[in-house]
Amino acid sequence: MDDLGEALRAQVEEAAARRTPLAIVGGASKGFFGRQAEGALLRLDGHRGVIDYEPTELVITARSGTPLAEIEAVLAEQRQMLAFEPPHFGMTATLGGAIACGLSGPRRPYAGAARDFVLGARIVNGQGEILRFGGQVMKNVAGYDVSRLMVGALGTLGVLLEVSLKVLPQPVAEMTLSRQCAPEQALDWLARWAGQPLPLSASCFVDDRLYVRLSGTATGVEAAQRAIGGDRIEAGGSFWRSIAEHTHPFFTTDATDRILWRLAVPAATPPLSPPGRWLLDWGGAQRWLYTEASSASIREAVEQVGGHAQQFRGGDRRAEVFHPLSAPLASVHRKLKAAFDPQGILNPGRLYRDW
Amino acid sequence: MSMRAASPNAIRRIDKDELVSAFLRLLPPAAVLHEAEDLRPYESDGLTAYRQVPLIVVLPDTLEQVRKILQLCHERQAPVVARGAGTGLSGGALPLANGVLLVMARFNRILDVDPLRRTATVQPGVRNLAISQAAAPFGLYYAPDPSSQIACTIGGNVAENSGGVHCLKYGLTVHNILEIKAFTIDGELLTIGGQALDAAGYDLLALFTGSEGMLAVTVEITVKLLPKPACVQVVLAAFDEVEKAGGAVAGIIAEGIIPAGLEMMDAPAIRAAEQFVHCGYPLDAQAILLCELDGTVEEVEEQIAQVQAVLDRCGATGIRIARDEEQRLQFWKGRKGAFPAMGRLAPDYYCMDGAIPRKRLPEVLRRISALSAEYGLPVANVFHAGDGNLHPLILFDANQPGELQRTEELGGRILELCVAVGGTITGEHGVGIEKIAQMCVQFQPAELEQFFAVKRVFDPLELLNPGKAVPTLHRCAEFGAMHVHHGHTPFPDLERF
Repeated sequence: MDDLGEALRAQVEEAAARRTPLAIVGGASKGFFGRQAEGALLRLDGHRGVIDYEPTELVITARSGTPLAEIEAVLAEQRQMLAFEPPHFGMTATLGGAIACGLSGPRRPYAGAARDFVLGARIVNGQGEILRFGGQVMKNVAGYDVSRLMVGALGTLGVLLEVSLKVLPQPVAEMTLSRQCAPEQALDWLARWAGQPLPLSASCFVDDRLYVRLSGTATGVEAAQRAIGGDRIEAGGSFWRSIAEHTHPFFTTDATDRILWRLAVPAATPPLSPPGRWLLDWGGAQRWLYTEASSASIREAVEQVGGHAQQFRGGDRRAEVFHPLSAPLASVHRKLKAAFDPQGILNPGRLYRDW
Repeated sequence: MSMRAASPNAIRRIDKDELVSAFLRLLPPAAVLHEAEDLRPYESDGLTAYRQVPLIVVLPDTLEQVRKILQLCHERQAPVVARGAGTGLSGGALPLANGVLLVMARFNRILDVDPLRRTATVQPGVRNLAISQAAAPFGLYYAPDPSSQIACTIGGNVAENSGGVHCLKYGLTVHNILEIKAFTIDGELLTIGGQALDAAGYDLLALFTGSEGMLAVTVEITVKLLPKPACVQVVLAAFDEVEKAGGAVAGIIAEGIIPAGLEMMDAPAIRAAEQFVHCGYPLDAQAILLCELDGTVEEVEEQIAQVQAVLDRCGATGIRIARDEEQRLQFWKGRKGAFPAMGRLAPDYYCMDGAIPRKRLPEVLRRISALSAEYGLPVANVFHAGDGNLHPLILFDANQPGELQRTEELGGRILELCVAVGGTITGEHGVGIEKIAQMCVQFQPAELEQFFAVKRVFDPLELLNPGKAVPTLHRCAEFGAMHVHHGHTPFPDLERF
């Protein structure tokens, strides 16, 4: 339960004065994520502790170095959860890392992403100033939404000190259904089911099988099962965890020297052309791909359908790993970076090469 | 009430005749209004206490016209205020005496409804409700439903990050849009977000939503559509104490239920609504709760029983479950008619918009009641209890000398109370011009400076809606000179004027 906020602030201020780049690290579980960047370590793992949690307010506030597992355990005691099911990618994952990477798990297309649950944040900007944006209430439109801007910014705009999140009750009942089918058939069903009032909470297609999770009241889940059919699988919880954490055989078999691509595409996009091994997640809106195809051909294929592609694991991390931005957006990004971090000391180069 | 902005761009002199001739080279004559009688209808938005006739009104109907209007204003350094239907309640679209009012109402086409992707792509002047109507044949709808949804435009909803009565379960505008296209002041078209669930780079979609027209002018929006719930049911519960109603709200949440809507009204609001629409509210109650549940038939049935048990346990003096759709709408009619109902009790009412942690509600209502007595102005409260968004309605008579000023001061005190209990000065109406002073209470100077730094990324000359949403430190110093917050002045280092 240590508050290192002031010490962290001072470290940033000093780095700004000396123009020394900082590499921000929480639990070091997501060091593989984004570009490879160098800098003096700014360690957040000691800055930890749940500051405020009132189950009936549906809000938790914690320091950024708090282990994600600790937060989930505190919530589980009250039968609540982080509804965006953040992937941990390791035992040491922290709240700050989850928010800075902006990653969300299987429930994302039905419940919302990390950014949707962020209510407020306390940050240190690149000038060593502690700033607070948003708050601990569900609705707040005072000032620009800077706290959500931090989600997925990989620490390049500010060092997260505290984050307030909306939490939700755990569903009373969950059921995972599975059936064999072709990918086209799976995508067609998923698009049609998502347009109906069904209690869907996860869906993916892997190894010629479609998996669907239903969440809600016991009677509601059973009624939905009758509506959509499929075989019930007992180990639903561990199956979805293996999808979120990339421990499913799809991610661990023959994957060591390959690049794992993440493609985000509009819902209902048909199967894409690059050859390789595919796993369709998020009702088809997030697709994982191991392939020999070139970066250029993957980016081109995904652009044609209005999505973006990211080199998620492996490959050359000194080149760009995230999808290139259009010229006007690249300019906006550089200026925003300068507005928060004029000396360019916070995780420079982690998100995009030039800043 | 006079314009209170202090931004230099809000007062810079602009050569009107020259600007009018320049606009007439870009737009047909009917799209450029500059005579006093044509400008008058645009002098205010939904917050009519503030009025200001704009210098010029332009009504473009093509994207190219919008681009050229902005480029021209950029070149002439003329400030621009964008406006949709003008239903906003914080004066966000209040014109400037030296500024151009850019009316986007003619951009009213629904470009695409895609039932498989569950999206609609629309122009900014499309009305909120029209999106749900266009999606209805596919069994889909657009979730955010601000009370003005018949009239308000989606462009305005994006600018204000509008909510409604279903936010706890379905979120605000920011949770329900995928992509926007917007022109910056120098005429560059930005595509923010995308058709996928996320986009590369920073979450600019979140930054733009609720930015009150300060960063760019939105010209196209892709919204998410949701399947209409199979079943909707509402429970009406009465309480003899506000505390018990607050306890019931916490009890429902503790039960693991997220209602689609959870609304509370206090005694003055109940009485006004009942007299106005005869919706069957109990006149002897100190508070009522409206709890709406939606989902599959089985889910709703199960949850209604659970909610009923919680309400019983929390001391409800009466519980009624709407027997049919007609009665459900009847129960809602009182809540939805609460504002006009107040309008019958006094010549004027002023609607506030704070958000608080729910558990502080009884205390906040007690303190509002004390403030109401202190100022001699009645206050009724309606409360989006699920998400802590409080709308105190102050009743007053603007024709009584000084009463509007006292009302504003009382409103300011209520907002500062919201901040003091850990809440915010605006849950869903935006800061606009109305709450600009209270921004100085909620934010420290370095935070306001950071907002300005963000503003300058998109609009370095500060031409888009200058003087709104974020106060200058100078403005805060003037405000601070009159106010002492938490026992110390908020800006001790600044000169006092």
